[in-house]
Amino acid sequence: MEIPYTVKPRPDTGLYNAKVGIWLFLASEVMLFGALFSAYILLRVGASAGTWPHGLLNVTLGTINTIVLITSSITVVMAWVSLKLNQFGKFKMYQAITLLCALAFLGIKSVEYKDKFSHYQIIKKDGTYVDGHMHGATYLDKEGKSREEHKFHGLSFKENNVEYSLKEVVLNGIEAAQLSEINEPHKDKEHKHEHKNISVPAAEIQKINNYGPWHNTYMAIYFTLTGLHALHVIGGALVIGFLWGPGAKMWRTEPERFTNRIEVSGLFWHFVDLVWIFLFPVLYLL
Amino acid sequence: MSDNHTAHDVSKHVRGYLIVFGALLIGTVLTVWASHFHFGNKDSNVGNIVVALIIALTKAFLVAGYFMHLISEKKLIYSVLAFTGFFFAGLMFLTLWSMHPQNIVHFK
Repeated sequence: MEIPYTVKPRPDTGLYNAKVGIWLFLASEVMLFGALFSAYILLRVGASAGTWPHGLLNVTLGTINTIVLITSSITVVMAWVSLKLNQFGKFKMYQAITLLCALAFLGIKSVEYKDKFSHYQIIKKDGTYVDGHMHGATYLDKEGKSREEHKFHGLSFKENNVEYSLKEVVLNGIEAAQLSEINEPHKDKEHKHEHKNISVPAAEIQKINNYGPWHNTYMAIYFTLTGLHALHVIGGALVIGFLWGPGAKMWRTEPERFTNRIEVSGLFWHFVDLVWIFLFPVLYLL
Repeated sequence: MSDNHTAHDVSKHVRGYLIVFGALLIGTVLTVWASHFHFGNKDSNVGNIVVALIIALTKAFLVAGYFMHLISEKKLIYSVLAFTGFFFAGLMFLTLWSMHPQNIVHFK
């Protein structure tokens, strides 16, 4: 059975069906992200003083990613325009740039994620803090022989039936008496924190964890919002990639239907850009 | 934009798309630049939130209006989005209302 109204507008709606479909889907997406933005507002307002991090994310990388997504938005529009003007070669070029932008965005995002997973915070038994990137950790086996590691492997780990236990951790960062000195450095003019290598013996550690989603509510909502957004970038790139590659053969048989497919995938892509327009200031700047 | 774009119509719009692209880049730089200043009350960042939201809403209007063709779309799409807008506004209202001081009781 032939799918109705893939090209011709349906008389009652004045639209081809896929366009109605994508807008209904985008409407549900607005509510999905809306619910998460609502969660963000509640978490932020409910956070105790000094516990919400400011200036934690790299604004330069966030700005570059914003520009990358905006660039991909114009190339998606230009790809659709090219098909309308019967310029298939230009369509291929513009969508290739879109796909490169998607890859660049995800690459930059993964650099940012990696940075957070190597960023640790230690709460010492005396109640003070050490915060910084993992420089190294020293482990001891049962005979007291030490072993240097670049990564943190927990309080102990086993390898080739030999058990190693943590001796000390070295972070490249700062020491702080209060959490607010770490989370609100702009407010704390008294303490000038210079980054240096700080060694913390295992016996002094009360708690150690990295800046993964488990670290605090800010990191939890940051990873949830940007992770869901990144999944949308991946999904959009897969569809655009399919229509750029194997799916492009439809252009030879049904050019108008193919053009509509590009428009629909473009609408989704613009929505992904739209979400980022709000995520960027909310997570990076405010 | 209707579904029956002619090649002539489309090429006329290209200039508009490029202007929107430029405006979005300017908006991005503006929002980063504005974040270096403190607006409004010294002890509150409401001023900065308002400025960042105004820039973000302007950028969102440009993307939705021109790239997604919402400024000249069919009535059905507007109807769908009116429902979305209503429920989104309701969600945000409930979120902000739940934070109203009258609804939070602190036990000492």
